[in-house]
Amino acid sequence: MDLHYLTITQASDLLARREISSVELTRALLQRIEATEERVHAYLTITAEQALAQAEAADQRIAAGEAGPLTGIPAGIKDVLCTRGVRTTCGSKILERFVPPYDATLVARLRDAGMVMLGKHNMDEFAMGSSTENSAYGATHNPWDLAAIPGGSSGGSTASVAAGSCLYAVGTDTGGSIRQPASHCGVVGLKPTYGRVSRYGLVAFASSLDQAGPITRSVADAAMVLQAIAGHDPADSTSAPNQVPDYRAALARGVKGLKLGVPREYFVEGMDPEVEQTVRRAFAVLEELGAELVEVSLPHTDYGLAVYYIIAPAEASSNLARYDGVKYGLSVRPEDGDLLDMYYATRSQGFGPEVVRRIMLGTYALSAGYYDAYYGKASAVRTLLARDFAEAFEQVDAIVSPVSPTPAFDLGQKVDDPLQMYLSDVLTLACNLAGLPGMSLPAGLSQQGRPIGLQIIGPHFAEETVLAVGHAFERATDHHQQHPSL
Amino acid sequence: MKISRQEVDRVARLARLKLDPEMAELLTGQMNDILTYMDKLTQLDTSGVPPTNHALELTGAMRPDQARPSLERQQGLANAADTDGQYFKVPRVI
Repeated sequence: MDLHYLTITQASDLLARREISSVELTRALLQRIEATEERVHAYLTITAEQALAQAEAADQRIAAGEAGPLTGIPAGIKDVLCTRGVRTTCGSKILERFVPPYDATLVARLRDAGMVMLGKHNMDEFAMGSSTENSAYGATHNPWDLAAIPGGSSGGSTASVAAGSCLYAVGTDTGGSIRQPASHCGVVGLKPTYGRVSRYGLVAFASSLDQAGPITRSVADAAMVLQAIAGHDPADSTSAPNQVPDYRAALARGVKGLKLGVPREYFVEGMDPEVEQTVRRAFAVLEELGAELVEVSLPHTDYGLAVYYIIAPAEASSNLARYDGVKYGLSVRPEDGDLLDMYYATRSQGFGPEVVRRIMLGTYALSAGYYDAYYGKASAVRTLLARDFAEAFEQVDAIVSPVSPTPAFDLGQKVDDPLQMYLSDVLTLACNLAGLPGMSLPAGLSQQGRPIGLQIIGPHFAEETVLAVGHAFERATDHHQQHPSL
Repeated sequence: MKISRQEVDRVARLARLKLDPEMAELLTGQMNDILTYMDKLTQLDTSGVPPTNHALELTGAMRPDQARPSLERQQGLANAADTDGQYFKVPRVI
């Protein structure tokens, strides 16, 4: 039995029955990290000693009969989430030595649930990217094909779950950064409704779009992790006060009688035929299971990318103004220089090219004389995009679609063309603009052996429906049981 | 041209970024491509459409104004490049 490819559900059962201990499980995962990291590079920091101490504590909790479903399960955390006492780089040189004095709320909740934290996952710098090639510490490789990108920005996390170097991960998604890499790595990735999971301690990229969520090997596992991290947080004024339902109980609902919408605009020009075929086969499976598939229209889809790449950089330019060399992070102080010289030197040496590009775009879009034409216009079109979804959800319970127009592309293929790279997010970013929950789950492999995902989008706070559809699909297929030969 | 090299330099100053000439040239080209793509938004009539700045209709969260424990001073200073033990230190301002 490969301990490193267990689902949370399986591992939790083995721990409860005392067939394995958390320390054994954690040791197996640390060995797996050692065996795969050189090729995959999913981690930026590995916290082996702390993990073993947490595993021992978890074993005591299990022995005392005080364990929950996540107690003693080894996980990795995206390096954009603050972890007390463990450096948090955001994939950036500007935070290379930043050691947060507090835990993000969701990290604290996972610790309370008994998480064993193996380390921090690689990512595109400040979560800006679709391939992890923007990490200041080197790209992550896709475990299914080491020449391919894992997707991004949570590419370290999805590659790690696919490679078996953690049992689950938590990533973040601003325009597709959980779902697109989950699709490319053949794992489950869930972006909850905006505000469902606290953003306190999530280093801000675009505050009106950012949301953290689970990356797992099964839909049931995603439900368990979401259960632990969802809920209102007084420290995040944008977290939603809505009650958290029992997500695991929702899994068994099935799809019989559900109406699922297929947006006609999501089969875009330039879509890889294998992606379309795979996703249409998945639709047929859902139909066989008793769902009714109907075509819907999201007429403003074609404007989503332009809206997103104005609003996200605008918010980023404001959020990243905090990196000034004073309170934390890199500080470059030229001799005889003044405060302004420190700002210039620190920011120019600390940020990588994509971050600079987005700060520049955002600063321009918010600057006097251009604000109405760019930010103002984009914010109005954002309303139209949200209305498209609201109207569609009057007819259907959920929307099903591809995740990304192509399977994972080769490393290096798009680094010189930002606009081409941005197109990777064209089918995921509308979810963020409208604040909706969306999930990617494995739907098959391309002929080249690269995974292809199915996206399920629900109305606000309809994670239960999204999970139920995903779980039904997963039970009828075996894509999620396949692993890369690594 | 949507944006000139001079404007790129001006925006960089606003953002407190120093661009070397090669980067500034590269960015001028790339920003022109991206901003030209953004032009497609002008095809839509948005008169009378309110802006969305936040995806959920949440109202401002209020709580009683009570003093609560916060970060210890030493923890707050621990990540700074320079302090005098009580305050952050920065290069001269004027």
